[in-house]
Amino acid sequence: MRKISRLGYEARLGWALVGPALSVIALIAIFPLGWTVWESLHLHELRMPWLGQPFIGLANYVEIAKDPRFWAALAHTAFFTVVSISLELVIGLFLALAMNRVFRGRGFVRAAVLVPWAIPTVVAALLWRFIFESQGGIANALLVDAHILKQPLVWFIQTSTAWVPVILADVWKTTPFVALLLLAGLQNIDLSLYEAAAVDGANAWWQLRHITLPLLKPAILVTLIFRTLDGFRVFDLIYVLTGGGPGTSTEPVALYTFNALLQNLRFGYGSALSVVIFAITFGLALIYVRGLGVRLGGEEA
Amino acid sequence: MSRVALEHVDKTYPNGFVAARDLSLEAADGELLVLVGPSGSGKSTVLRLMAGLERVSDGVIRIGERDVTDLPPQQRDIAMVFQNYALYPHMTVRENLGFGLSIRKQPRAIIEDRVRTVAASLGLEALLDRKPAQLSGGQRQRVALGRAIVREPLAFLFDEPLSNLDAQLRVETRVELSRLHRKLGATMVYVTHDQSEALTLGDRIAVLKEGVLQQIASPMKLYEEPANKFVAGFIGSPGMNFFEGVLTRIGTGGVCTFQGADFTIRVPCESGTNGRVILGIRPQHLEITDDSARGDGVVRAEVGVVEPMGNEQIVYVTLPNGERAVAIAPVQPRITAGEKVSIRVRPEGIHIFDAGSGRRMAR
Amino acid sequence: MTSVRAAEARAKRKKAAGIQWGSWLFAAALIVLLLFTLFPFYWAIVASLTPEAALFRDPSLWPQQIIADHYRALFVDRDFITPIRNSLVVAGTTTIFCLCVGTLAAYALARLEFKGKAAIMGFILAVTMFPQISIVSPLYLLLRSLHLIDTYPGLIMPYMTFAMPLTVWVLTGSIRQIPRDLEEAAHVDGATRRQSFTKILLPLAVPSLVTTGILTFIYCWNEFLFALSFTLGPERQTVPVAIALFRGQYQVPWGEILAAAVVATAPVAAMVLVFQRRIVQGLTAGAVKG
Repeated sequence: MRKISRLGYEARLGWALVGPALSVIALIAIFPLGWTVWESLHLHELRMPWLGQPFIGLANYVEIAKDPRFWAALAHTAFFTVVSISLELVIGLFLALAMNRVFRGRGFVRAAVLVPWAIPTVVAALLWRFIFESQGGIANALLVDAHILKQPLVWFIQTSTAWVPVILADVWKTTPFVALLLLAGLQNIDLSLYEAAAVDGANAWWQLRHITLPLLKPAILVTLIFRTLDGFRVFDLIYVLTGGGPGTSTEPVALYTFNALLQNLRFGYGSALSVVIFAITFGLALIYVRGLGVRLGGEEA
Repeated sequence: MSRVALEHVDKTYPNGFVAARDLSLEAADGELLVLVGPSGSGKSTVLRLMAGLERVSDGVIRIGERDVTDLPPQQRDIAMVFQNYALYPHMTVRENLGFGLSIRKQPRAIIEDRVRTVAASLGLEALLDRKPAQLSGGQRQRVALGRAIVREPLAFLFDEPLSNLDAQLRVETRVELSRLHRKLGATMVYVTHDQSEALTLGDRIAVLKEGVLQQIASPMKLYEEPANKFVAGFIGSPGMNFFEGVLTRIGTGGVCTFQGADFTIRVPCESGTNGRVILGIRPQHLEITDDSARGDGVVRAEVGVVEPMGNEQIVYVTLPNGERAVAIAPVQPRITAGEKVSIRVRPEGIHIFDAGSGRRMAR
Repeated sequence: MTSVRAAEARAKRKKAAGIQWGSWLFAAALIVLLLFTLFPFYWAIVASLTPEAALFRDPSLWPQQIIADHYRALFVDRDFITPIRNSLVVAGTTTIFCLCVGTLAAYALARLEFKGKAAIMGFILAVTMFPQISIVSPLYLLLRSLHLIDTYPGLIMPYMTFAMPLTVWVLTGSIRQIPRDLEEAAHVDGATRRQSFTKILLPLAVPSLVTTGILTFIYCWNEFLFALSFTLGPERQTVPVAIALFRGQYQVPWGEILAAAVVATAPVAAMVLVFQRRIVQGLTAGAVKG
């Protein structure tokens, strides 16, 4: 009896305190999500209000399945995600290992790499757009001077070269974040393990392979999740850098959806695309969490 | 000042861990009761139950004659000294000491006065305007103590308060605490895992194991008449030696023979004792003699390790059938590792425990 | 004996040489990375001070001629003050609101025992991960029907979708790192739950609140998709949208764009440089450990 009332008190207080935050989230995130699903089952063209909003079942989804532009966008997104995350993990790991060492100017390095992470993605995209802009841009000038290029390239006119600034900009902007997550993991590793290994005669490479990487696995996985989900939502960067072009050859799913919604005002179809993106992200998160057994947050030990 | 009592208290955590099982014990008015036990014995939980930081699953807690079972900590009028001191890092020593009073809306002048008095008695006057981060471990410890004293609570609770101090400071503070207890005459409950701390500090000691009270008694009684094998093994250092064997009654004269793997000895016994038992004997009651000795309760042994302690030697030996034992010998003659010796079990030091329940049967 | 010692010495020397080589490589790689990191900023600053006509004509790494025209144009002709004010209002309001509401939630999640807590944490984490684009359409329709398109509330509300879970998550993580026995000591000293919260926990959580506030503010300041979708014209556009939509009549006004980029970056960069250590702690406390 007594126990119940006491637990009841804490539970009531707990829910009362969490309540406002939870209802805000539910109201502006979960409820709209349901609405998106509802929209996706209807024909809703804001350009053609006379059509009304008839229920059309899964027709929007059928259209998506047959839509080559969607599949292309999906492929672009996947390509972008895989390439940029691979680079970020490798460079980020190096940076993390570097920042974990004690050297003069470590604070400066940490602050310097943090700045790209903190600035608006739009600004980052513009900086890189400017570097690669036109034949007279600095990238061309430097590459020609270094004899890497024979003559200046027009980067944004070809799909293959348009990806270069996109990926570079993403790596530039996000590697610090990756490095920080990994650094947090590194700092959890007991230093005496390295001392023990060194006493046993293990070299630096062996220590990296057999101590650092295995113990860093959880941090790497968490980073991988965050970055994959981020990669699948990529919007700002490509909107500003290439606008999805040339043509639609670098268009990611989020940009395609945005165009369907707010350029073509096809709310039914756009919503269906939104649902698909949500499902993909959700599925990826589930695979990571279940399949790789990642423990995110959770209770204190 | 007043007593602190648990009556048939159960505490089960949501994950199923039982920290207290039908626990009844009492710290009488003005008594210093020590709760001792290995980690996981529930001793800290018992303290937190008394403080009101945890709620009982069943049973009653009384402070004085008041039933405080359902009262939150702030209404129990007790003070607690935490293992990590839990000094408020954003407040000065002065504010830390006065916190309990100011939260009870005491007049500023009274707070000032009490804080100054307590600070003076603990030698903290010079530190009043420092923050905890600027204090040494020992100083923090004293502030934590002072914070408890200032309030003049009904009872004091101590949660392993010495465990973060270095060895020398620990002994000094232990003496200091003892003196403080006598001076204040307050009811105190003191949790520790260190049996020597328990023996030196406690008016009475309660030994806990897995949430069950094993024995509550004065230090001497606990040492001389342990209720069971667990208490016998936990109290005293080095620990009691145990030998399994069979007890057989001889005739009707209240005498039995203990037949162990390595030795046989006659022991006094009451009626009705027969069968498998455990013989316990403290290292002080194992006498090391030279190799030639023979007789009742004498066994040959090989010395493994000798720890010279200055005023005595702690000798680890192996008996012929592989049983191990520890004995305490005088400094002279010097005993060396590998030496063959004889060991005599002194009958007056023998405890007999039931092999099944572990309860002590006779001496 | 001597031969063993000699071998040891040899090994030591070899190891020292190895370390030296290693640190040279390490230093070189680090310098390359730093150049890579800092170059775009440097280049943007240089370009924002270079006359438009010289921008793409045989670019040189060193500024040839320094002018402030782009900055003047930015604030005088373009009224770049408006987007800055918009961003400040929207990001500031969102941050303050999230901190107020989020602190209560984080306290409950970090300190109280109640059923459903783990589920709430999972739910909040899930929300931080879900793609913004998937709620753009209903939010647009909702805001339109409430006549909130192109208003401050019309941005602040959507911003809560990511700012609130972020705030709660990071704050919960950092409150858990504050030792619980401080509040317990306060209870024993006679404090009620409310007093232990206001007198003990809250003062100790101020650094975490500042860090979380900075993080939330940065996320709001940088947000683009919602601001692009839910504003119509320069009146209510935030800084990222305004910069992204800069267009000259005949060509892209790179000088002004870069000047705007420098202006938009400066406050964030300053915050990062000042609170660097705190931000790192906040980020990693929230992300890696719950």
